[in-house]
Amino acid sequence: MKKAKFPIYLDSHATTAVDPEVFRTMAPYFTEVFGNAASRNHEFGWTAEAAVEKGRGQIARLIGASDKEIIFTSGATESNNLAIMGAAEMLRSRGNHIITSTVEHKAVLDTCHYLETKGFEITFLPVDKTGRVDPDSVRKAIKPQTILVSLMMANNEVGTINPIAEIGKICKEYGVLFHTDGAQAIGKIPVDVEKMGIDLLSISAHKMYGPKGVGALYVRRKNPRVRLAPQIHGGGHERGMRSGTLNVPGIVGFGKAAEVAAATMETETKRVSALRDRLWAGLQAELDEIYLNGHPTERLYNNLNVSFAFVEGESLMMGMKELAVSSGSACTSASLEPSYVLRAIGVGEDLAHTSIRFGLGRFTTEEEIDYAIQKVCETVKKLRDLSPLYEMAKEGVDLKSIQWAAH
Amino acid sequence: MAYTQKVLDHFESPKNVGTLDKNASNVGTGMVGAPECGDVMKLQVEVDEATGIIKDAKFKTFGCGSAIASSSLATEMVKGKTLDQALQIKNTDIVKELSLPPIKIHCSVLAEDAIKAAVNDYLAKRKGSK
Repeated sequence: MKKAKFPIYLDSHATTAVDPEVFRTMAPYFTEVFGNAASRNHEFGWTAEAAVEKGRGQIARLIGASDKEIIFTSGATESNNLAIMGAAEMLRSRGNHIITSTVEHKAVLDTCHYLETKGFEITFLPVDKTGRVDPDSVRKAIKPQTILVSLMMANNEVGTINPIAEIGKICKEYGVLFHTDGAQAIGKIPVDVEKMGIDLLSISAHKMYGPKGVGALYVRRKNPRVRLAPQIHGGGHERGMRSGTLNVPGIVGFGKAAEVAAATMETETKRVSALRDRLWAGLQAELDEIYLNGHPTERLYNNLNVSFAFVEGESLMMGMKELAVSSGSACTSASLEPSYVLRAIGVGEDLAHTSIRFGLGRFTTEEEIDYAIQKVCETVKKLRDLSPLYEMAKEGVDLKSIQWAAH
Repeated sequence: MAYTQKVLDHFESPKNVGTLDKNASNVGTGMVGAPECGDVMKLQVEVDEATGIIKDAKFKTFGCGSAIASSSLATEMVKGKTLDQALQIKNTDIVKELSLPPIKIHCSVLAEDAIKAAVNDYLAKRKGSK
C-alpha cells in the first residue's frame, strides 16, 4: 500500500482545502490588483469590479441564475441570516409565519429562534428516519400568514438531500418564498434555481474548495422579484442588500471554485461516491453492529455517517488520530448533548454517542480510504474489547432491559 | 481538545482491562453510568478474604478517552488497598493525577462511583453469605 500522508482529512463537511488552481487565480488580487470594486473613477477600481463581475457570473452559471441575482456575503451563515431576517422584516405586514425543519444548520435554527422573540411564529417540521422533509408536510403547514419556507438542500451531518424541486413547487403554488441553505450541496449536486423553484439560496465558498470568509445569497429577480431588508448598512453595495467593501480576492477564488466544481461535477460524483461506497463496504465486511445514518441513496456522494454500537465516538476519534473525522458524540460538543440531527432522525441517544461522520473530498485517494478502513476497524475492535456494553450484548443481555442510573 | 500525556498513556495502554467472575464470592462488581449519557463503567475488585486487601481489579468502560483513562487509573489505585482505603479514594485524586479539564470532571466522579459500587457489592455479598 502506498503510504498515505497523515493525518488523513475526512472532514469535508466542516471545510475544504482551497484548490491550488483556485489559489493561483486569487493570488494577484491581494497584492497587484488590490483596488476597491466600488472605486468608480480609476483603473484600480475598474479592474477589481471586472474581477468581481466575472466571479458573479461563474457562480450564477453553477446554479442556473442570472448574474444580477448573486449577492456576495461573508459566508453561508450571513447568507442564511440575510435571507431569513431580510424576508421576515420585509414581509412583516403580510404575515409572521415561517416554516423550517428540526435538522437545519444552527445559522437557520438560531435565526428562527431569534425571530420567535420578535413576534414571529416558527413551525419546525419533523423529518423522517432518513432525514428528509416530506413535501406534503410543508403543504399542510402553510397558512395564510406564512411568508417563508426555509429548508436545507442537504444536511451537514448525515448528508441527506431534500426533495427541493417538489418543495419549491408547493411554495410557488401558495405564493410563499422558498429559501434553501445550499452550503453542503452546491458544487456537488446539479442545481437549477428555475427548475427547482428556489427564491433564495445560500452558498459558501469554503465548502467547495474556495476560500473562507466569502459566500453568496441568490436572490430571485423575477417571478417574483424578491426584496430583502438589508441587515448590514453602509453604502448600498450589492443592490442595496449588503453593504460593505467587496472581498475581491475571495470572490475571484469563489468564482473559480464554482467553475471548477461545474467542470468536474460529473467525474467527481463517480469517483468520490465509489470511494465512499468502498469505505462503507470495507467497514461492513469487518464489523458487526454498525449502522448507516441518513438516506441510503438520496445523500451527498461524499458523506458517510455511521454509528459504531458500543463504542463512544470521542474515544473512537482519539484512537484513530491519523483520521480527521467528526462525531455526533456529546463529548465532542460544547453543550455535552449528542447531535440534535441524529436525535431528530430517531437515532437513540445511545447510538448517537457512537456516530462518526466521514466527509470525503476532491483530494481523497483510494490509499487513504483503504488505510481508513483498516484503522477504523482496528480501533473499533480494540475499544469493543474494552466495552462492557459489547460484552453484555455478546452474552445476550438486552441493554434496553437494564435500569441504568442516568447521571 | 488536547489530552494530557497521562490520559493518552492510559487510553493507549489501559491497565487491568478484563472481567473477573462476577459470581465468585470474593469478587465485587460495580457498574455505573448509562449508554444514553455516553459512558458506562464496569469495575471489579477481587478481595483476599483473609486480609481484606484488594488483590486484583479489572475494568471495562464505554466512554470517552478520559472516562477510559479514569477507570484504568482507578483499578491501579485500588489494588493493594484495604476496602476501607479504597472507599476513601476521591474523584479529585483522579482529576489531579490525570490533570482532567473541568469538562471531564464527571469522568472522575463516575470512576469514584464505580469503586464504591464494586466494594459495596462485595460487602453486600459477604454479609449475605454469613
